[in-house]
Amino acid sequence: MFSHLVLALRSAGLPASITEYLTLMAAMKAGVAEYSIEDFYYLARATLVKDERHLDKFDRVFAHCFKGLEPPEGVKVEDLPEEWLRKLAEKMLSPEEMEKIKALGGFDAIMNRLKELLEEQKGRHQGGSKWIGTAGTSPFGAYGYNPEGVRIGQEESRHRRAVKVWDKREYRDLDDTVELGTRGMKMALRRLRRFARQGAATELDIADTIRSTANNAGTLDLKMVPERHNTVKVLLFLDVGGSMDDHVKLTEELFSAARTEFKHLEYYYFHNFPYEKVWKNNRRRFEETIPTWQVLRTYGPDYKLIIVGDAAMSPYEITMQGGSVEHYNDEPGTVWLERLSSHYRRSAWLNPTPRQSWAHVRSITMVNDLMEGRMFPLTVNGIDEMTRELSR
Amino acid sequence: MAGFKSTEKYIASRDLEVAVNAAVTLQRPLLVKGEPGTGKTVLAHEVAAALGLPLIEWHVKSTTKAQQGLYEYDAVSRLRDGQLGDPRVHDIANYIVRGKLWDAFEADEQVVVLIDEVDKADIEFPNDLLLELDRMQFFVYETRKTIAAKHRPVVIITSNNEKELPDAFLRRCFFHYIRFPDRETMERIVQAHYPDIRKDLAREALNVFFQVRDVPGLKKKPATSELLDWLKLLMVEDLPVEALRTNEKQLVIPPLYGALLKNEQDVHLFERLAFLARRGG
Repeated sequence: MFSHLVLALRSAGLPASITEYLTLMAAMKAGVAEYSIEDFYYLARATLVKDERHLDKFDRVFAHCFKGLEPPEGVKVEDLPEEWLRKLAEKMLSPEEMEKIKALGGFDAIMNRLKELLEEQKGRHQGGSKWIGTAGTSPFGAYGYNPEGVRIGQEESRHRRAVKVWDKREYRDLDDTVELGTRGMKMALRRLRRFARQGAATELDIADTIRSTANNAGTLDLKMVPERHNTVKVLLFLDVGGSMDDHVKLTEELFSAARTEFKHLEYYYFHNFPYEKVWKNNRRRFEETIPTWQVLRTYGPDYKLIIVGDAAMSPYEITMQGGSVEHYNDEPGTVWLERLSSHYRRSAWLNPTPRQSWAHVRSITMVNDLMEGRMFPLTVNGIDEMTRELSR
Repeated sequence: MAGFKSTEKYIASRDLEVAVNAAVTLQRPLLVKGEPGTGKTVLAHEVAAALGLPLIEWHVKSTTKAQQGLYEYDAVSRLRDGQLGDPRVHDIANYIVRGKLWDAFEADEQVVVLIDEVDKADIEFPNDLLLELDRMQFFVYETRKTIAAKHRPVVIITSNNEKELPDAFLRRCFFHYIRFPDRETMERIVQAHYPDIRKDLAREALNVFFQVRDVPGLKKKPATSELLDWLKLLMVEDLPVEALRTNEKQLVIPPLYGALLKNEQDVHLFERLAFLARRGG
């Protein structure tokens, strides 16, 4: 009856199964939802969604199935939350610019107009003076000339000059958020070890039990030891080139120092964003590339994928076919990242740039959204968080 | 069957009611997640009260094994009794210790079982309970007996999201994520718990509470249970409302903040923000 909902959920990447569908049918038959659409929505949600990360996706698919709206796909400009735009705009505009905004009727007026336009607009747009897109004179979109402009998705170099850090989060008084140093390295190693030794299982220490039972004149004295697991397999994807090189060296050192704790540890390199090919030897990167498909086939979903990169790039490198700076990619980066993160269920992105500045760079926000929030700073605290997320 | 609805003490949203009723009707476990302090554990008590059934609580710790919920064979006691020549030693059943699920399965009426903080246990814990929760029966290896539920209990499982639960386990459950209540719901919750609280005090306290929650970078945001504790303190201390009054911009450290902010980094962060606000204002 509602099989199209389940099918749509599955194609949107939600792991809904036949068992769950049958449960939903049974619940409908038992009259749990009666005749209210709202109750049906709640019931379907309780039955088909088992992780709060998927709730938003479920809502969109549900709306599409029962109202006929646009289906979700990747990250679109239209999907940007209002607060994000507001924050971005606040951060990028100087007080003088803020004054000029009043020319358009104040900030709320701009936001309202933006909303209207987003509703009116269908499809991508470039140039022109009204629609949201790029390179236009409309106040909305990127690379605009209008001082009242709300910038959406601007490249970093220009962006960086414009940053005004009024953000309240700039308190660096907590030690564990500073970047990795030598001492930090030791701490991070400890975290990674813990990552490798998961579980609280206990097993009998036979040698110690015999010894202490003998000491006790034959009365049994059991001794237990914690069980050691050493089954963690890690697949590292490292961004190389430019500003990333120092960080890559550090990360490689860190993970190889901890490699005895892992069952397998594999490295691959990419530039800026993982597309259809990666490479193992950075010096011969153009001659010896390995198709990403092959990596996916070789290393099963039990590997934990850790991508290390600053994720600072033009948004087109992520969303557009042919957007890569080095070659022509047939499929957009989003497709590849989704492929990777759906194949490797335990995946995370480590970012060497400090967390406070992520919100200022649009591509970082996009990648973080694609990773469903599993981006962590390359600090002791960040590795700790990542470890916890990956070993859940 | 009597359905589950908001009670005088517990304000449940409509989606929570639907989820609970679906789990009760289909006799499947209900998995509840949400921020700490949003009433996950209390839910089981309220469901038991609403359905008029006894509640069996099983609190899970990091060392808890799935087997402990079914039964345990106390081999050490038996060995000791054997060494001392106790006649009880000949019947192995004397050394089988019943677990919480056994109690629930053997109960003469339907019961509500709360498996609290399932994510605290080892990663294999939920997998080890798959069959038991599905069929509501298990086999006692030592006595060669099968224990089957006389009445399938209502099972409520809470998780704080510290570990991800296995798919096979999730597939058998209904799921509900308790969202943090909005201001309106929060007012109803406060009203339900302290019906005689002064209106102005409650309003100002909620202002301060939501302001504190909005502070970026807090390690542990205060939740419903912290708010209720704090309100109780405020009522006991009988503070004047003026002590709470704030304007929009200015951030002040709320009185008796110890009930709201639970770690020193948060208090420290808050003090610095308040200091900056004072200087700026």
